[in-house]
Amino acid sequence: MTTTDMALKTSTTTKTSFMEEVIAATPGESRLNYCIQCGTCGGSCPSGPDMDHTPRALFAMIRAGMKTEVLKSNTPWYCVSCYYCTSRCPQEIHITDIMYTLKRMAIDEGYFRESTAADAPGFSQTFIFYVENFGRSFEMGLATAYKLMHHPLDMFAVIPMGLGMMAKNRIDIIPKRIKAVDQLKSILKKAKELEAQL
Amino acid sequence: MKYGYYPGCSLEKNAASYHVSAMAAIKPFGVEFVELDDWNCCGATEYISLNLMASYALIARNLAIAAKTADANQQIVAPCSACYLNLSKTEKYLTESPSLTEKVNIALKEGGLSYKPGNMRVRHLLDIVVNDIGYDAIASKVTKPLKGLRVAPYYGCMIVRPSLPSQFDDPEYPVTLDKLMQVLGATVIDYPMKAHCCGGHMTQISQATGLELIRQLLQSAADYETDVIVTLCPMCQLNLDAYQSDVNKYFKTKFNIPILYFTQLMGLAMGIEARDLGIGKEFIDARPALAKIGVEVPETAKKKPSKEELPMPKMPEEV
Repeated sequence: MTTTDMALKTSTTTKTSFMEEVIAATPGESRLNYCIQCGTCGGSCPSGPDMDHTPRALFAMIRAGMKTEVLKSNTPWYCVSCYYCTSRCPQEIHITDIMYTLKRMAIDEGYFRESTAADAPGFSQTFIFYVENFGRSFEMGLATAYKLMHHPLDMFAVIPMGLGMMAKNRIDIIPKRIKAVDQLKSILKKAKELEAQL
Repeated sequence: MKYGYYPGCSLEKNAASYHVSAMAAIKPFGVEFVELDDWNCCGATEYISLNLMASYALIARNLAIAAKTADANQQIVAPCSACYLNLSKTEKYLTESPSLTEKVNIALKEGGLSYKPGNMRVRHLLDIVVNDIGYDAIASKVTKPLKGLRVAPYYGCMIVRPSLPSQFDDPEYPVTLDKLMQVLGATVIDYPMKAHCCGGHMTQISQATGLELIRQLLQSAADYETDVIVTLCPMCQLNLDAYQSDVNKYFKTKFNIPILYFTQLMGLAMGIEARDLGIGKEFIDARPALAKIGVEVPETAKKKPSKEELPMPKMPEEV
């Protein structure tokens, strides 16, 4: 069952079900249900000032079943994966992992388009396009394709950086490719089928 | 001692100087890194944002290759913080969750691979240097101490947090890199931002957020009159180095702090030539700082980007 299917199934049930859904979609023991609303996470967050909601507020919203508002929030997209919150949380909640879960849910349900970080999934998708097709990341392709699709007017602004990278011989012009691309593709295809059944 | 080596995508090009200097710095200690055959990208922080199972399968392929590499001795070394975190975290979650492992193995089987978690030690390069090689052994090889060089050790996030089984330093106040720099003879700056975040990919998602995080780090290091910031992660190096001029433009600041890899300073202190450590590829010129310790870096001929290899539009009035 995809996250979308689960959402359809649970949208009319009790308010705690969204929290259960988030917990189920997070690997390991996320401990989200142990949040005591202390706010250590928000106070530790380097990008907190730019977030719609602090992690603490977002977790209260999850508990309240405010699914749409949570998935429209820019908060997960402004998470920089520094793990300060996770490391400091007195309840040992895997906060960063939960942010990744919320990103996946926001994409699955299309709500990310309404957040102020609507371009962020495009960056991840462009990055992963090269990984899935070549086995390696490719900065030149990532920078140009992402900018063209999401910030075409910024294209010229990144040229000095691109030229600098080339002058310093720090960027490849063509992507590197692993030998077993086909093997990797079969593995990832199967993994995605399994994900759909989750 | 031999280890499996997982360089990660950055070290092949963007952070090639990290790879080159790491190899040069460990060589005198009889440590050997055996590169994993046909390894793939770890997915950085991007794949897990899109697809859970695929991101674990992607990383597990590398773990499976490492397990098959006899010379790796069930140890895998990653110099990049994101690669290290992804490998270590995947190993942890696979070990804890048989159901996740089962699914990952169903995916791996499509490629003729399988993985049994629980036996692999994931290590960061700094861990190997300070704990396996050790401060004393390094001290005995220091021939050109970095006397008078004010160094700000910068750890970033992902080698110190979250607390994974492979953790080797404190998540709030790490010290291993500080001690290493002291052993090399440098004056170590104790500044409050040493384990704060460089912003990762934020320069691409939200420029204001990304540049502000970089500014805070540079400002803190500058407040303590640092000559050089030393790093252990390609992303941190890129953000602090390549985006330093953008920070200056955006905030009207005048930072001019070179960002080097810890292996580059280690090599210099051990008497290895600057050109054999990839020094000169940084955007912020490290030569004035290195001149303080008597290191001369030959000027690298600036390679003009040729038109044939440049599939990008060019502005006539380019700044």
